[in-house]
Amino acid sequence: MFEYAPAPESRSIVSLAPSYGLFIDGEFGEAKDTFKTINPADEEVLAEVALASPEDVDRAVAAARRAFTGWSALPGSERAKYLFRIARIIQERSRELAVLESLDNGKPIKESRDVDLPLVAAHFFYYAGWADKLRYAGFGSDPRPLGVAGQVIPWNFPLLMLAWKIAPALATGNTVVLKPAETTPLSALFFADVCRQADLPPGVVNIVTGAGDTGRYLVEHPDVNKVAFTGSTEVGRQIARSVAGTGKRLTLELGGKAANIVFDDAPIDQAVEGIVNGIFFNQGHVCCAGSRLLVQESIAEELLSSLRRRMATLRVGDPLDKNTDVGAINSRAQLDRIIELSEIGSTEGAERWSPPCDLPDRGFWFAPTIFTGVTQAHRIAREEIFGPVLSVLTFRTPAEAVEKANNTPYGLSAGIWSEKGSQILAVADKLRAGVIWANTFNKFDPTSPFGGYKESGYGREGGRHGLEAYLA
Amino acid sequence: MPKSPKTSAPTAVADRSRLAVRKTYKLYVGGKFPRSESGRTYLVDGDNVALASRKDARDAVLAARAAQPKWAGATAYNRGQVLYRIAEMIEARRAEFVALGVAAAEVDAAIDRWVWYAGWSDKIAQVAGNANPVAGPFFNISAPEPTGVVGVVAPGSLLGLVSVIAPAVVTGNTVVVVASNPQAAITLAEVLATSDVPGGVVNILTGKGAEIAPWLASHDDVNALDLSGVDDPGLATDLERAAAGTLKRVLRPVSGVDYSGDPGTGPMTALLEIKTVWHPKGF
Repeated sequence: MFEYAPAPESRSIVSLAPSYGLFIDGEFGEAKDTFKTINPADEEVLAEVALASPEDVDRAVAAARRAFTGWSALPGSERAKYLFRIARIIQERSRELAVLESLDNGKPIKESRDVDLPLVAAHFFYYAGWADKLRYAGFGSDPRPLGVAGQVIPWNFPLLMLAWKIAPALATGNTVVLKPAETTPLSALFFADVCRQADLPPGVVNIVTGAGDTGRYLVEHPDVNKVAFTGSTEVGRQIARSVAGTGKRLTLELGGKAANIVFDDAPIDQAVEGIVNGIFFNQGHVCCAGSRLLVQESIAEELLSSLRRRMATLRVGDPLDKNTDVGAINSRAQLDRIIELSEIGSTEGAERWSPPCDLPDRGFWFAPTIFTGVTQAHRIAREEIFGPVLSVLTFRTPAEAVEKANNTPYGLSAGIWSEKGSQILAVADKLRAGVIWANTFNKFDPTSPFGGYKESGYGREGGRHGLEAYLA
Repeated sequence: MPKSPKTSAPTAVADRSRLAVRKTYKLYVGGKFPRSESGRTYLVDGDNVALASRKDARDAVLAARAAQPKWAGATAYNRGQVLYRIAEMIEARRAEFVALGVAAAEVDAAIDRWVWYAGWSDKIAQVAGNANPVAGPFFNISAPEPTGVVGVVAPGSLLGLVSVIAPAVVTGNTVVVVASNPQAAITLAEVLATSDVPGGVVNILTGKGAEIAPWLASHDDVNALDLSGVDDPGLATDLERAAAGTLKRVLRPVSGVDYSGDPGTGPMTALLEIKTVWHPKGF
């Protein structure tokens, strides 16, 4: 094995203010209360951030409502140009935003630089082009915007989730109030500055930072017409309950427990790369992570020894080091959850293994981990861990693989590894999941709809289908 | 819907010397016509009609779930032919529906609606799906699939009933319907039972929406809920809230729907899931 010298990305490209206010009606303003956001890799405080009160959310929704009249009346071609501008500014500032994202989230710079930021810019670029072509999208000859969208996003891909929410909303003529996650508010606030640079009319995008209460107040606000949420299934249920009877439109992108199915004819090395990418990408903080490996019994031993060998080469540590593969766990709370479920995995009788791995003394860290001997009854096979923890199960026949893959209330994604085309297509047909990756995993594109079946939520983000959630 | 008095039903033959054989209106579950397991009936226009219970609703969900994979797995062409066969069978029983008090024009519209949806079976995937030009060497396609088992509180008219069942089943969903116009609904069930519709694809419960629907709304094995026939806004909200427990897709009631108009693709797409499949391209 090669030794790698440290190769840290400079953080000087990001200039952080000591505190950030709320972005409402085109202005940053103070809030009564604040909270701190930290770098999960060293627990250092990055900045103080405003905690939006109900009155602040009221002001933001009112600003969005005022802006809606003008924004929805703009010709689509003009809205498009604002979005193209935003896409360009993001491209220009992508290094800065990538470093910021890694600082606040803990994800490796390799990923924020090569995955998150390019996808963010691409998403705005894609939906910009739709703004003046909506009547060709298949949702009627004169599709109309809904009004004010209240959007709540998670901490795992902060800026990318913002792009998934804001780009289609603005392209279709809606205005938005967005609440970023409590532990990763900074990139949304930098995005507010991008909006200012683009001369986006005030009130079209409003950012309210805060915790769960702020989000709850936003989605329950009577003057919000459309709610979009990405996060846990439990919170998704609460939101669906609170929206009941209001006539608000709702899309939910929730949890997952994806099966990654490896058949005996799969190319082992490629499959191992796919498994690693499936569960250790972004520390496993991915709703569509391939967290259940279903491997055909006849190749299980060979595949697992290859997987262990590969896992031993994963570099865990400083998110800003350009060689880092696995960064920091996003928060103490998430680390505690991963530790708890992993301990339950051992207690319930599964066999735990991690490669030898030096973890930093400060910050939140969890070594890449696999559990073998997992049964479908084990909690680590049923519950979303949202961390770098893989549960390995085996199967004998394709029918058994499908049965086990679908044996979950979730239905977000799944993976299939096989060289046999007819087998891939037959299994893909039978899997109850919204995104199927065959001989690949965790691929995303603005043109490709994303979203779940069953308790993984409803509605699609991305692609032509992603417009529907924002049109009447 | 106006109902004609019992005496003018087609079973009352002109020859007074022969006593007419009346029909017992039972439930339609799993392709069979059972009585309510509760043994209950209620009186509708002179008929004792089966009053479905919670247990009947659960049995119907079991039947719908059991039938769903095979129905969804049938070819679109096949499903289209089955739906067309339904139209043929109603046409043959046209007089029976008219005798129940359904306006002739409405029966005709209901027949035409089945024909309309029959034609959609092998077209909706082309309209609701598409290839996606991703920025990389991948084949990427999005196609619709049925949501699964749909609980339906149906509107009172025959055309309304057909207009909520047909868009659900044409794409491969199976349904459990709570119908409030029992005689017409069960007569429709008799049509379905003789139209090559596999048992369990459509299950019809006659009874009270307010009693049965909450069990469908909270049932773990129901994927979607169509509240088109719920008139009480409070009940609709309660059902929607109950449906949130398993994140069911919910079609909310829209008051004053004119079922005689062009339904559009909305009633079908609301009960579809979009599946996107990626595969690398390369030598």
